[in-house]
Amino acid sequence: MTISFHHHFREGDYVFNIIMRSIIDHGYKNLTLAPSSLTNVMNDIVVEAIKKGVVTGITSSGMRGSLGDAVSHGILKNPVIFRSHGNRARAIESGDIKIDVAFLGVPNTDDMGNANGMDGVAAFGSLGYALIDAQYANTLVLITDNIKPYPNTPASIKQTQVDYIVQINEVGNPDKIGSGATRFTKDPKELKIAKMVNDVIVNSDYFKNDFSFQTGSGGAALAVTRFLRTTMIDKNIKAAFALGGITKPTVDLLNEGLVAKVMDVQDFDKGAAESMKDNPYQQEIDASWYADPANKGAMVDKLDVAILSALEIDTKFNVNVMSGSDGIIRGAIGGHQDAATAKLTIISAPLVRGRIATIVPEVTTVITPGDSIDVIVTEVGIAINPKRQDLMAQLKNVPGLPLYTIEALQEKAEKIVGTPKPLQFTDRVVAVAEYRDGTLIDVIKQVKE
Amino acid sequence: MEIKKTAIAGTLESSDVQIMLTQGTDGIVFDLVSDVVKQFDEAIKKTINQVLSEYDVQNVIVKVVDKGALDMVIKARTVAVVQRALDIVDEPKWEVL
Repeated sequence: MTISFHHHFREGDYVFNIIMRSIIDHGYKNLTLAPSSLTNVMNDIVVEAIKKGVVTGITSSGMRGSLGDAVSHGILKNPVIFRSHGNRARAIESGDIKIDVAFLGVPNTDDMGNANGMDGVAAFGSLGYALIDAQYANTLVLITDNIKPYPNTPASIKQTQVDYIVQINEVGNPDKIGSGATRFTKDPKELKIAKMVNDVIVNSDYFKNDFSFQTGSGGAALAVTRFLRTTMIDKNIKAAFALGGITKPTVDLLNEGLVAKVMDVQDFDKGAAESMKDNPYQQEIDASWYADPANKGAMVDKLDVAILSALEIDTKFNVNVMSGSDGIIRGAIGGHQDAATAKLTIISAPLVRGRIATIVPEVTTVITPGDSIDVIVTEVGIAINPKRQDLMAQLKNVPGLPLYTIEALQEKAEKIVGTPKPLQFTDRVVAVAEYRDGTLIDVIKQVKE
Repeated sequence: MEIKKTAIAGTLESSDVQIMLTQGTDGIVFDLVSDVVKQFDEAIKKTINQVLSEYDVQNVIVKVVDKGALDMVIKARTVAVVQRALDIVDEPKWEVL
């Protein structure tokens, strides 16, 4: 039996623990857990459920902390399957994931199940990832702390899909759902990287009226949005849409008229979550619409520029966002593989983090293939995928944008940190990573004690 | 050279290393904790051993708490802690530096 949850409450989630506690206490066994992702607040109870034989299989975007550590040490019977957000939608639509019961927490619903994520104490904005579960689960249970008068609109989840509604005291902790006001980073390294990312974008042929972009939620990504704003005003360029996980600085661009539409699959901060209900141009999209490679057309197919992060990048431009430098699972695919199909995919990352090189001869785990990566931006300079000679021509003479080969950046990193010993793994596979089309891209093995 | 007193150098900040030397009788004995132990345990010991041998320290207990320090940081902290442990902070051994 397969059960699912969404992770829109992120670190403020109460629903997951309440439901899992009840499932464990009722003595269920051999369940497959298929949430959109797993946050730290879910770790302890998942580890307990695995130890008691309640959960024997997991498919997720990612995992981290004590759960990632336990899985990397071989606690789970079956290998975890990691899927991107677009791939999860594909897998559910195609029947690769068959959800028996979806338990979806919502900050409001009426007594028939018309619900959205935009309003209420525990509002988180877009219900993007959960909408797939709502549409395809055999049985759908909504859990809420806020029953509204019938009929409740806008209805992101509709009464036609809902079997049960359960009222509890609190579905989430609003202070931990999204980060508060996002501050402009003061880290000089992040600022330098962000400025160079901006230089790459605005000096490429993609920077023209009606372009589109996706940024992440990290410090550098937020700073890129600010730099991009200034350049868009200076050059009088407006974007057709911003896509993906949305932050307040992106909503600000919408309100200033610099971006025509925000296509919103999740909201990373309060500002973005709260503005959705008042802004018809901040459009909620589900994970399939966002990024499913097997439906009749996903938004990422129209995406011009994507700015993504990385734990490791290798000299073949492959990216790892899943396993740490110690080989232990500590990340999530998220929309990485999906957004990386953009026409200009930029990875922004520091050359080294502490004594760990970011650019390495070979990544520990391949998550996003090098063929979909176009430019790497570090604080010392950029590297362009040699398959993109067109970008090479556009970017080779930009002041303040030193161009290196990826091999030269790798050597620079190794010179700073030294040569690490190779990691030791056993032969047992503890997790498999799929590419967004459902094919196998890499496996993660159990770490040696 | 003999360790004259227990000494410590460095902090527990990210990218730093804290090294403590105490008197030993059984060669150079390491107690190493590191965020990057899987990749760099031998590299860290090699750097510290090199500095110890330049000061001709043969019997010592070396407690290392490493927070991902780069090699040059480890070397600098080791020089500092050895000078303190040998009670020669006023007479730096310039040829080692």
